[in-house]
Amino acid sequence: MASIQLNHVTKRYADGFEAVKGIDLEVADGEFVILVGPSGCGKSTALRMIAGLEDISDGELRIGDEVVNDKAPKDRDIAMVFQNYALYPHMTVRENMGFALKLAKVDKAEIDRKVEEAAKILDLTGHLDRKPANLSGGQRQRVAMGRAIVRDPAVFLMDEPLSNLDAKLRVQTRTEVSRIQQRLGTTMIYVTHDQTEAMTLGDRVAVMRAGTIQQVASPKELYDHPVNLFVAGFIGSPAMNFFPARLSGGRVHLPFGDVPLPASLRGAPDGQVIAGVRPESFEDAELAPEHHKGESFEFDAEVELVESMGSELYAYFGYEGETASSDQLEEIAADAGLADVPGAGETGRVVARLSPESKAASGQATRLWLDVERIHLFDPHDGSRLSAAKKSGSVGADQVATPASGTNGAADAG
Amino acid sequence: MSERTSKKVFSWTAVNTVIVIAALFPVLWILSLSLKSADTVTDGRLIPAKFSLDNYEGIFTGSGGDVFTKALFNSLGIAIIATLIAVTLAAMAAYAIARLNFPGKTVILTAALAIAMFPPISVVGPLYNLWRQLGLFDTWQGLIIPYMTFTLPLAIYTLSAFFREIPWELEQAAQVDGATPFQAFRKIIVPLAAPGVFTTAILVFIFAWNDFVFAISLTSTERAQTVPAAISSFTGASQFSAPTGSIAAAAVIVTIPIIIMVLIFQRRIVAGLTAGAVKG
Ligand SMILES: Nc1ncnc2c1ncn2[C@@H]1O[C@H](COP(=O)(O)OP(=O)(O)OP(=O)(O)O)[C@@H](O)[C@H]1O
Ligand SMILES: [Mg+2]
Repeated sequence: MASIQLNHVTKRYADGFEAVKGIDLEVADGEFVILVGPSGCGKSTALRMIAGLEDISDGELRIGDEVVNDKAPKDRDIAMVFQNYALYPHMTVRENMGFALKLAKVDKAEIDRKVEEAAKILDLTGHLDRKPANLSGGQRQRVAMGRAIVRDPAVFLMDEPLSNLDAKLRVQTRTEVSRIQQRLGTTMIYVTHDQTEAMTLGDRVAVMRAGTIQQVASPKELYDHPVNLFVAGFIGSPAMNFFPARLSGGRVHLPFGDVPLPASLRGAPDGQVIAGVRPESFEDAELAPEHHKGESFEFDAEVELVESMGSELYAYFGYEGETASSDQLEEIAADAGLADVPGAGETGRVVARLSPESKAASGQATRLWLDVERIHLFDPHDGSRLSAAKKSGSVGADQVATPASGTNGAADAG
Repeated sequence: MSERTSKKVFSWTAVNTVIVIAALFPVLWILSLSLKSADTVTDGRLIPAKFSLDNYEGIFTGSGGDVFTKALFNSLGIAIIATLIAVTLAAMAAYAIARLNFPGKTVILTAALAIAMFPPISVVGPLYNLWRQLGLFDTWQGLIIPYMTFTLPLAIYTLSAFFREIPWELEQAAQVDGATPFQAFRKIIVPLAAPGVFTTAILVFIFAWNDFVFAISLTSTERAQTVPAAISSFTGASQFSAPTGSIAAAAVIVTIPIIIMVLIFQRRIVAGLTAGAVKG
């Protein structure tokens, strides 16, 4: 058991490229922290520095209370799941999983017991005597996972350990991971691409972008109060919709109509902004929650396409005018291959999540309701979240900040 | 469709049979010659009319005394030492080439290749003079050195190709699992590198074992003469009879160590040993 502390840790590769740029992160003893971010943002590099597999170019890394910058991996008492598995090809699954224990001179019977227990958890019991070459991708990944969980280290480091599993197995293994972590109370840093994993597994989530940490917060906090466009667009699936908007006279001019400024943002200065609306902040007007109806906003949308997921409907509609543009959004779009970020990548496309009872159908105009209180506004220049209430120390809905405090720039929130 | 497939199978079988026969016939012929007695050597029959082991007895105990036995001992010693040294040096060089980025890496590989392109015959003359001056003529070292020089480039090439295939992240995985760098090397890297090392060792050994040009030019007595050189100095029973039978018997005997070596190491050369290690 140990806490981990990164103080301004930087990684500069031999070619001069800075993959990690002075990140600060504190992980408490027994905490489960998730690292998310687009491909190439430095997640693996950061994890490998903690493991001791990459030299730390600058800054200080502490595990427990000790500075471990110059300690060999084996003296850091960590177990790691590698992104590309790194299984020992000349050993059977059993030997792979037992290797660390054998090195630690644990006795044979105990090794067998632990390996078999891990194999049961990971559904590998039938494959214990095979070599990695004769396993499927998902099975290999589970062996890599098993190699870590048979041990009882101070810290678990996992680099996308479930990426190759099918949906069902992924859910099952995810539950196991969180159960094991809770049972052992081991500090864990877990890298993932997967929204759901990030939101469900961790105590806290750190969102990385191009070698920097953008925000570290609980999943709920990240979701409800992203500090900037990047975090807002990255967290959530389907992603938040973004529109160009203008603030004036206490109203927000969206492409499909004017809405009153959310109470939490009252006092923000007039000007051009980017508005962000999560798909679930829309609803079929007929089904809108009653108690909200008064202060909200309804409009007619030309629904182009409706996708039914069973438990919910996704309605896609377009709007007239420009799309929101920002380098932060482009970065996310590039990573996600556009499909996941409708507002950012495609022209004027919006996705709304409606309840399954909605009558919305492809090619029909539907009246939609928008929860005005849940509109996010961002500075179009630096992407930071606008928050009038920030200076009063809370983002609570009924606190109204004075106009004077209505500056933007919440990059350092959280 | 199936008619075409069976035609294909048939023609492949035919072609392969021809090739195998063409390749093995000389070997069979030598074997047959070695089993014939002196008076039937020239009868031109593949199956000897009368099997005799005279030739084999002759080369070990005959008039030449222990020339052949000594040569066999020289051959084994020289080939084994040359192989050990060449493979060790090549392994170190290849390890560095595969793992490190250092200036002059390509120069080393190119230079090695250039050496391999020299025909041995072109350096034999100068070496002969040099070796006489240095006192290396007709010694084991005198053969081991050129064998090493000529096999190192090949060995470095083969080994660095093998080493490049090893996913080095395994070493890191082992270190995270609590291994010291030496344990990681011994328990993970060595077993994975072994097939490459054995393959290279076989190639080097065969080169040294079969070499004739250096052996005939740089040795003169049984002190360092290897089997190929010794065979060439076999004499017949009389001045007018060719030592065909003895040469054939010697040729059969010298192939035995090679066959044994390949059989032993073949089991260790498992293709695709690194399969399944990393996501590919
Ligand atoms: N040895 C290296 N030399 C130079 N640059 C490197 C090296 N290794 C990685 N990088 C760069 O560092 C950046 C971060 O790499 P890293 O592997 O940490 O990304 P990641 O966030 O784990 O991405 P992914 O989600 O795709 O695994 C990348 O842009 C990569 O190109
Ligand atoms: Mg990675």
